[in-house]
Amino acid sequence: MYEKVLTKDINMPESRKLAYYEKVGGYRSWKKALKEMDPDAVIELVKASKLRGRGGAGFPTGVKWGFVPKSTDKPHYMLVNADESEPGTFKDRLLMAGMPHSTIEGAAIGSYAIRANTCYIYIRGEFVREARILEEAIAEAYAKGYLGKNIFGSGYDLDMYVHRGAGAYICGEETGLIESLEGKRGWPRTKPPFPAIEGVFRCPTIVNNVETLACVPYILERGAEWFAGIGPESGPGPKLYCLSGHVEKPGVYEDAMGLPLRKLIYEYGGGILNGKKLKAVIPGGSSVPVLTADEIDVDMDFDSLAKIGSMLGSAGCIVMDEDTDMVNTLLNIAHFYRHESCGQCTPCREGTTWAEKVLHKIKSGHGTMKDVDLLYEISGNIGTRTICPLGDAAAMPIESFVRKFRHEFEAYVTKEVEVA
Amino acid sequence: MKPVFNESAEKEFKDIISRYPNKRAAMLPTLHLAQREFGWLSREVMGYVGELLELPFSDVYDAASFYTMFKLKPTGKYHLQVCHTLSCALRGAGEICKHLHQKYGIESGETSADGKFSVLKVECLGACGTAPVVQINDDYHEDLTIDKLDAVLDKLD
Ligand SMILES: Cc1cc2nc3c(=O)[nH]c(=O)nc-3n(C[C@H](O)[C@H](O)[C@H](O)COP(=O)(O)O)c2cc1C
Ligand code: SF4
Ligand code: FES
Repeated sequence: MYEKVLTKDINMPESRKLAYYEKVGGYRSWKKALKEMDPDAVIELVKASKLRGRGGAGFPTGVKWGFVPKSTDKPHYMLVNADESEPGTFKDRLLMAGMPHSTIEGAAIGSYAIRANTCYIYIRGEFVREARILEEAIAEAYAKGYLGKNIFGSGYDLDMYVHRGAGAYICGEETGLIESLEGKRGWPRTKPPFPAIEGVFRCPTIVNNVETLACVPYILERGAEWFAGIGPESGPGPKLYCLSGHVEKPGVYEDAMGLPLRKLIYEYGGGILNGKKLKAVIPGGSSVPVLTADEIDVDMDFDSLAKIGSMLGSAGCIVMDEDTDMVNTLLNIAHFYRHESCGQCTPCREGTTWAEKVLHKIKSGHGTMKDVDLLYEISGNIGTRTICPLGDAAAMPIESFVRKFRHEFEAYVTKEVEVA
Repeated sequence: MKPVFNESAEKEFKDIISRYPNKRAAMLPTLHLAQREFGWLSREVMGYVGELLELPFSDVYDAASFYTMFKLKPTGKYHLQVCHTLSCALRGAGEICKHLHQKYGIESGETSADGKFSVLKVECLGACGTAPVVQINDDYHEDLTIDKLDAVLDKLD
């Protein structure tokens, strides 16, 4: 039986208050880090826990922290990625609104580990309420001496600020976020240099997702072994799953990493809306390859989903019932990526525009079989030679939808489908 | 008249710039502040932000025009951002859009004749579990039906 960690107390009326957080053990790990551990010991512990990033790419967190140079004369920065814009994803919002102090404590420990004295929480601009909640929580933490100068007499200083974005999916990509924080449009940077070496203000920088950091205080409190023992060995820990679309009970559900997808949909989600049948699921946010109804006997973790050709991504699971029009659905997704492409790279800018046009053409009944193949071809060309992974993110749904639901695209061409 | 921050906005601005190693990084928070104070970002307002941050107008315009939340033209008193991305579309965002179009006679990006309402179709608002979602000014309205939305809208004055 899995016992909840990240969201255990999140529905309590006072859960966002510092006093409540302290009552359930909050900030003990922060004290422990500062009093008993040096930064490298924190990094080693997080490495040993096998925590992998929850923002989408699943990179080992401790390893990433270890990339920050030990001795530089430049300041270091910790950036919390609270941009949460991948369609189907809404877990960080719950964490920040329900228990903001766990994110703050995790960010503080991470800042200490990478020797940063400044941390910015980059939150999507639309989350006005969550930004306010975080700001109030940060003010509480300063007042109690958890942030600021010479914390617990350790000689370590840390300032933490909330920085609001203003509506742009691409600012969730870590170098887009960095450019945006610097006051520019969110155009991703070519790598290398990687942010750990040269990030915001040309200084060593780590970008971590909210949920990733929220795990960290628990790792310090309960140990790396405890964390590594939850779920699959290659990427363990507590996990938040977002469930949306055609299910009876959409929402955020916490369980161990590796939750069976069928259980998420049928037990947690209460099954398909209005007793209908399942047609398809996108398991990890709209940019990962779609699964058909007979592919849902898979565990929700990095390796298991990769093995069947999809991805865990942000664990944003979008469910579609038997009546869902897959051409229309892909058009919705293609529109999103065309709208959000920053336009810097020709393959991404032109490819996303072209794909949307071809889909419009098919949907309006003017498509040919060649157009269906063309979609494949376009998707094969977007992902290559681009600055950031948005190109891939746009290509993967196109390729998988056309491959797995080709008959629906062809039905539009042969006019078996009534065109509206 | 040239836009100028009042005393309390000026204080907020001072606090904002104290948080960053350079003034340029204060761009987004300053634009948010200016938009709140002046309603939208006219040329004059962007020019003023440029003066405050010691940056040319083109830098301010370049940033402001990149983000959907910055208004380069005035919107209604109540600005409705309607999510039409996948999870919301699967749960009825299309009907919500159609309804708003019929109710106010405006398309996405337009403002009603009385200046009260404007509608903008936006991408995923990060609240897909409570789809469909409409953000009215700062506030999220979730798990909407047309009736629920009407009940909210008809109470606004
Ligand atoms: C187009 C795009 C959008 C992204 N959006 C987000 C986001 O909204 N939130 C997030 O945490 N990571 C997002 N990421 C992933 C980040 O680039 C980065 O990998 C992540 O913040 C690292 O944190 P982690 O190691 O803790 O997962 C996005 C990546 C891409 C390519
Ligand atoms: S891949 Fe697309 S979103 Fe990414 S930098 Fe290039 S154009 Fe911009
Ligand atoms: S799809 Fe509408 S909030 Fe995510």
